[in-house]
Amino acid sequence: MPKIKMPRSSPSLDMTPMVDLAFLLVTFFMLTSKFRANEPVVVDPPSSSSNILLPENVMLITIDTAGRVFFDLTGKDVRRKMLEAVSGKYKVNFTEQQYQRFSVMGTFGMPVAALPNYINAGEKERMKMDAGAPGIPIDSANNELADWIMQGYGASERDLSAKGLEGKALKERRIRYAIKADGQTNYLKVRKVIDIFREREIFQFNLITNLKGGPADLPK
Amino acid sequence: MAEVNSGGDDGGKGKKKRPKKGSTRIDMTPMVDLAFLLLTFFILATTLSKPKTMEIVYPKKVDKVEDKMELNDKLANTLLLGAKDDQVYFYPGKFKLDTTTLDKVDLSKDGLRKLLIERNKNVLAVIKDLETKYINHQIADSTFKRLRSKAKGDDKAPFFIVKTLDKTKYKIVIDVIDEMNISNVGKYAVVDMSEAEKIALKRETKE
Repeated sequence: MPKIKMPRSSPSLDMTPMVDLAFLLVTFFMLTSKFRANEPVVVDPPSSSSNILLPENVMLITIDTAGRVFFDLTGKDVRRKMLEAVSGKYKVNFTEQQYQRFSVMGTFGMPVAALPNYINAGEKERMKMDAGAPGIPIDSANNELADWIMQGYGASERDLSAKGLEGKALKERRIRYAIKADGQTNYLKVRKVIDIFREREIFQFNLITNLKGGPADLPK
Repeated sequence: MAEVNSGGDDGGKGKKKRPKKGSTRIDMTPMVDLAFLLLTFFILATTLSKPKTMEIVYPKKVDKVEDKMELNDKLANTLLLGAKDDQVYFYPGKFKLDTTTLDKVDLSKDGLRKLLIERNKNVLAVIKDLETKYINHQIADSTFKRLRSKAKGDDKAPFFIVKTLDKTKYKIVIDVIDEMNISNVGKYAVVDMSEAEKIALKRETKE
């Protein structure tokens, strides 16, 4: 029997294609990515078979299982204008730095009075505050959510008209109202929020859901 | 300027400096490490897909009784949603406390969906007809959509009223609305349950 000779070759292999691929992917992700926004509450929305995507400009109301209400609005300039209007109404003053921080912040669930402290807080501190956040007050005596909604809507409209949009382009860019609630939230809490919108003549909503696996076909 | 001394053996003896004949390969392992590290970071830190949403239009609030729409009892269907996940009850027509019986339906394919399709079969027939026309390129995309929503909102199409308790979970409401969308039910509304219906539901669930 002849002895099996292992071929003697260098163990290093040409890694160039792999590097090419890796950098291609890195570039792709760098250019296409949008960073995940910091969410103060974890909400597990129910699933549905609907596959409509969330529109670009949205006002997002998040409701967690305990019924706490959180608010978010897209657009830096719009957020700033909204906070200016709310600040005027509630006589809570914000510094220039606070305006800037607020305009790039994500979802929040604080009463207006507690907002300056919340904006000033650092990342870790803010997370702690989020855990004990009371949510935005929605009861009829102190309905801050209604003010956020109206001022947010007003700020967005002013922003769009300043950009000179008209007709179809305006219709597409106009703010939409999204509601993200946990599946285990009582519907009553969701309805309360929806009623606040309805009282202000806003009737169309995008309810955020997870996509259900598998096609939803009709039984034959 | 910066200069690299490559040892002192060839210095000062007038020998010609020769470039080293080394391999042109460089060790790429650290670069690969870095590339994959970045790749992993971007994959984990990005939101790949936008969340999906369900569009819904709520009716305007009506306070005055005379402004309320008169509904045809023959086309009316009501779903009562209880506090627990499996408590979905159905009754057709108008509610009468002594004669109306509640039928329990489940949220499976053979439960609620079958019922909705059965009730909505006239509309579904029209939509199916439109779909075949659309597939055969007899009608355009916009026409198809327009005619489909017209068929859904037809005067003779059945409508469903979804009634909820204070304790009803959001998940069931979404599940039921989703079934409506799947079965092409165009006319539905989510409202509160009346006291009489609450009693009937309690009787049914034995609570």
